Amino acid sequence: MKKQLFALLFALVPMAALAAGGEGVHLRSMSPDLENQASLQSGMKLYVNYCMGCHSLEYQRFSRAAEDLDMPQVLVEDNLIFSPDLGYNDQMHKAMSAEDAEVWFGKAPPDLTLEARLRGTDWIYTYLLSFYRDSERATGVNNVVFPSVGMPNVLEPLQGVQEQVCAASDHAVGDAELDPLTGKFQSCETLQITSPGSMEPKEFEQAVYDLTNFLAYVGEPSKLHAQALGPKVLIFIFLFGIVAYFLKREYWRDIH
Amino acid sequence: MANPNKAKAERGLMRWIDDRFPATQMWQEHLSEYYAPKNFNFWYFFGSLALLVLVNQILTGVWLTMSFNPSAEGAFASVEYIMRDVEYGWLIRYMHSTGASAFFLVVYLHMFRGLLYGSYKAPRELVWIFGMAIYLALMAEAFMGYLLPWGQMSYWGAQVIISLFSAIPGIGPDLAQWVRGDYLISGITLNRFFALHVVALPIVILALVVLHIIALHEVGSNNPDGIDIKAKKDETGKPLDGIPFHPYYTVKDIVGVAVFLFVFCAVIFYFPEGGGYFLEKPNFEPANPLKTPDHIAPVWYFTPFYAILRAITFSLFGLDAKFLGVIFMGAAIAVLFVLPWLDRSPVRSIRYKGWISKIMLVLFAISFVILGVLGVLPPTAGRTLLAQVCTVIYFAFFLLMPIYTRLEKTKPVPERVTG
Repeated sequence: MKKQLFALLFALVPMAALAAGGEGVHLRSMSPDLENQASLQSGMKLYVNYCMGCHSLEYQRFSRAAEDLDMPQVLVEDNLIFSPDLGYNDQMHKAMSAEDAEVWFGKAPPDLTLEARLRGTDWIYTYLLSFYRDSERATGVNNVVFPSVGMPNVLEPLQGVQEQVCAASDHAVGDAELDPLTGKFQSCETLQITSPGSMEPKEFEQAVYDLTNFLAYVGEPSKLHAQALGPKVLIFIFLFGIVAYFLKREYWRDIH
Repeated sequence: MANPNKAKAERGLMRWIDDRFPATQMWQEHLSEYYAPKNFNFWYFFGSLALLVLVNQILTGVWLTMSFNPSAEGAFASVEYIMRDVEYGWLIRYMHSTGASAFFLVVYLHMFRGLLYGSYKAPRELVWIFGMAIYLALMAEAFMGYLLPWGQMSYWGAQVIISLFSAIPGIGPDLAQWVRGDYLISGITLNRFFALHVVALPIVILALVVLHIIALHEVGSNNPDGIDIKAKKDETGKPLDGIPFHPYYTVKDIVGVAVFLFVFCAVIFYFPEGGGYFLEKPNFEPANPLKTPDHIAPVWYFTPFYAILRAITFSLFGLDAKFLGVIFMGAAIAVLFVLPWLDRSPVRSIRYKGWISKIMLVLFAISFVILGVLGVLPPTAGRTLLAQVCTVIYFAFFLLMPIYTRLEKTKPVPERVTG
């Protein structure tokens, strides 16, 4: 029994290290814009088309997203719900069964409802842009942010084929230092599109932004409501505070 | 103006009640004729604020309980259910999670006020001890509450803290297992922590708060000068420097409440995660007994004591470092209980104590904050050394107090309260 436990421990340690993935990698910054409904809608469309086959949003309902992102029910039912088992009020469950996932990828792909709160939006954004060809991997790709990741680059038809080449990059790469003359980073780990996809690079970055933005929304759908309610509450407390202050001054006039 | 018949009827009703229950008498004893010193300053807001946060925690807690599922299978999902599907569930939950941090913040400031003005000194030893008991119960309450969302940090934080029991020689491992009710933190642990968090400890805390206030009102409030206002009374027997708590301090505390609520609500609406300190990031992932987070840190309000625990890296007197750390951590809290008997100064307030007391208090406050910061960070050799230095200062403040408070020269205390 003890031996088995140790074997399990040794098997788990590298897995935990992998899952933690990408300590010290330069993340590209991305600030979510929850007011930008076009971006959120486009992100949701990308999500159901490219991600939801494997990754559930276990706690996010279609209906809630439709209300928050201002999409009519008919449109959502016709264009965003593919599974006959899922209805408008259901949570966004993945298509793939957990058992199949274990067999195909070695580990069931995680639920992504809270991914943006767990890892942060910068991480998701950079991760999705950082796949590159690696013939040693079973999926044919690897990832700078998440080395030896089990996930294939499902966005490759959009992005095109990306490879690590020796070139200059606008973004920080590995240990490469900024060249003060060119303002770029020279490295042999620079990612470059070697065979174009259906989207232009800028267009693809926007798509990944939208997708990340959508995950930021899904992580905390109440944020929009909080931001709408916040000012009203704070203004009320402020006015209440002024009244309370003058009341206090009035009462304390005869003290001292 | 008011209808005289109605006023008469109210008096009639009040008299009817007073004949059966001391309502008017209690109102007078604890509010309208409870004389508090008139020179309370900024530091005196935090007692009433602690009461406000306690009410907030109880009310939001009751509503959270209505939708929370205290099982290992359902806890995490039910928190997300509260966040998404329960009307204003997100607000109730953030009020509760932010309230926990706010509670410790106001309680720490309230305790620091006690240190500043010697509020623990005779005749207020029991006020202080009841207060310390509240603090202890509050720590247990917060610790058990933190397990309930069943996130990664809930799980591993509890795992680390409960494993401290196993450091006790002999009975340790069995004791830890008894506390958990299982070999690891499991659904059993979650269930019992839920019961203690929502039923047992709130009752204990409420009872202790009542004792704290009864003891305080028996001896009367201290003040920034640390002098006894009951010594100087007018011909009717009212303290010359005292004012009725109601309406003077009720209206004043309401201003404090407004300021506090403004900050509190700003956090709830805009920064509910508190930069990862109120809600830690790994807690957005469900508890997984097979996956240890890279870095386990307790919530910020426990970190000073956690840093003391980790600062003990050596064995002593045949006790191993881990157990010794547990002893030091326990002693860091226990020493506060005997504080009233450590302070031998003839004066209460820091205003009239000597310079050694002033320096020691400043050093103590700084070390406490540094320990708090170190407790959040992963340890390095330099940080451990700093934590050791701060631990020494922390204990020196208390253990040398009988010496330096007696030796130092104090200033004369005024007859009447100042400004």
